[in-house]
Amino acid sequence: MKILVPLKRVADPDNANKVKVNAGKLETTGLEWKPNPFDEYAVETALRLTENGANTKARLGEVIVVTFGPKETETTLRGALATGADRAIRVDATDDQLDGDVIARALKAIAEQEKPDLILCGKQAVDGDANQVGQLVAEYLGWPQATFAGSIVSEDDKSLLVVREVDGGTISLRVSFPAVVSVDLRIVAPKSVKSKHTADTHTYADGVRFAALMAIMAAKKKPLVEMKLADLVGADTALKIKYDAFELPPARKAGIKVKTVAELVEKLKSEAKAL
Amino acid sequence: MSNILVIAELHDGHVRKSTHSAIAFARQAGHPFSILVLGQGAKAAAAEVTAFGAAKVIVVDDAYLANPVAERLAPSIAAVAKSGGFDVVVVTASSFGKDVAPRVASKLAAGYASDISSVSAEGGKFTYKRPVYAGNAFATCEVTTAVQVVSVRQSEFAPAEPSGGASPIEDAPLAAKDPAAERVEFVALGEAKSERPDLGEAKVIVSGGRALKEKFAEVLDPLAGLLGAAVGASRAACDAGYAPAELQVGQTGRVVAPKLYFAIGISGAIQHLAGMKGSKTIVAINKDPDAPIFQVADYGLVADLFTAVPELVTELKKQS
Ligand SMILES: Cc1cc2nc3c(=O)[nH]c(=O)nc-3n(C[C@H](O)[C@H](O)[C@H](O)COP(=O)(O)OP(=O)(O)OC[C@H]3O[C@@H](n4cnc5c(N)ncnc54)[C@H](O)[C@@H]3O)c2cc1C
Ligand SMILES: Nc1ncnc2c1ncn2[C@@H]1O[C@H](COP(=O)(O)O)[C@@H](O)[C@H]1O
Repeated sequence: MKILVPLKRVADPDNANKVKVNAGKLETTGLEWKPNPFDEYAVETALRLTENGANTKARLGEVIVVTFGPKETETTLRGALATGADRAIRVDATDDQLDGDVIARALKAIAEQEKPDLILCGKQAVDGDANQVGQLVAEYLGWPQATFAGSIVSEDDKSLLVVREVDGGTISLRVSFPAVVSVDLRIVAPKSVKSKHTADTHTYADGVRFAALMAIMAAKKKPLVEMKLADLVGADTALKIKYDAFELPPARKAGIKVKTVAELVEKLKSEAKAL
Repeated sequence: MSNILVIAELHDGHVRKSTHSAIAFARQAGHPFSILVLGQGAKAAAAEVTAFGAAKVIVVDDAYLANPVAERLAPSIAAVAKSGGFDVVVVTASSFGKDVAPRVASKLAAGYASDISSVSAEGGKFTYKRPVYAGNAFATCEVTTAVQVVSVRQSEFAPAEPSGGASPIEDAPLAAKDPAAERVEFVALGEAKSERPDLGEAKVIVSGGRALKEKFAEVLDPLAGLLGAAVGASRAACDAGYAPAELQVGQTGRVVAPKLYFAIGISGAIQHLAGMKGSKTIVAINKDPDAPIFQVADYGLVADLFTAVPELVTELKKQS
């Protein structure tokens, strides 16, 4: 199975409350770059689908990671290579040249060259929270999609059985290759991904794998190519969504601490009128 | 003048209440709108949205659309948008809306503004606000294409109420099928069986975190039952299996804004706050006085939840 994983770096999501706004512009200076957590989950999922869990050194398929960003984003790609991805592509671009639509059209061009069986992406990038690239690229390619995947069973390397996490429950779909799958949080639970190469009894460690030092060194030699956005999307580089300004949310007024349950109920009744 | 097309979400033969948020968007935008109800049994359900002031209620009723499969729905949504001359297509940002809206946008060569929290129609063009960085900033944005697709945050667009009148119902044909649809098979719907209200619609929500452990339901159910509340959970509680995944509240779960929100044994990580800090009144019960949840709580109680919650149930019963 050949899998393409789009991977974005984002400003440290655990410190997103340190995001500043200056004259309508967003500032994330001082925040460390991290891979988008959902994309780390997508890489982990891709690795699980292309290996025998009992012998994770041998890759029984190919995992290609791709990012859209400036030169520095190669660090993020190398990180994914170190955990097991085979090769990487960086599409040279700055954030102001990108929106979900341009990324999706460029990914389409890459998919047409690479002919993967699967594009496996995060359900959302946790900076913009746009939740659209996967669905857009699926439509541009004319491929089926399974969004918000909480578990995946690969039965025959021709299709996947995907359980999607949706409001109020789950929806199970079977998608035939080539297809797009976007992953949700629970995809990295110990038993969420079943590949046909791995014994049913195998249990993964919860979460994503870490790279060993040796692997980090070896990843420096794995292939990483640069592509130009214009070569992928042609002259059609106009953004479909334009961001004019940013502002901070209104602050919540400070609350109080109550001492007892009785006082809590009293306040909820008489002050907040919430009961 | 724009012409807005509201996409209704059909479930079990009825229009989901979440659709009323997309209708609220259309009303706030202040331009004429129609509502598209599509799915199997759409014709019968259409009557549920004829009293909201829509110019028309358009129906695509076909067994092919029996299940919510984006590859099946998107062609008909796009076809109705085109043939009806609609330039804004809006859906509520539920998991249904988020799944299908981008495919529609791509078909219409439209830009897509997702999960918006407000709309302004000043100066003859629409601008949107949408939360970014887990709600730690708000962006003002515009869609630059002639046709636009928008999904709206249910917690920010209070459900529209019926305004009377009777919009005419009009049939539209099923669009030509997409080849992509042949490669996706709907296998099963795993619906959570619960007597409690849906998180998106509840006036009161009782949410629990990792601290509840295996006693999640045992501790929270009596309180939720008494208040007629929906039950929510933190990611940690869902990941650990104490609560089912569909109860997760947060940046990447459900975004809610009830009148009253209880955060019980929840630390208040950024990702959790992103999904509930729009609530009118927030109560936090946590044994750690420095837990970040207290920074957004209107009323904080530093206590062991295993004694405080049963006590709260007793106190509420006494007073009612
Ligand atoms: C990509 C990504 C997306 C995420 N999305 C979400 C999301 O949508 N929603 C979400 O909730 N989280 C999300 N998270 C996880 C988030 O970062 C936190 O890890 C999570 O919210 C913590 O859950 P918690 O508060 O239940 O657990 P903890 O942080 O472990 O907190 C438990 C709390 O319970 C208190 N406590 C313990 N015992 C008692 C007791 N006996 N009585 C009273 N209090 C007690 C403790 O003091 C502590 O504050 C996401 C994380 C990532 C990386
Ligand atoms: N700049 C980018 N580079 C690589 N992948 C991206 C980029 N932006 C978005 N993606 C992918 O698209 C997914 C959804 O992102 P979004 O639609 O922006 O929320 C992410 O989880 C990534 O897999």
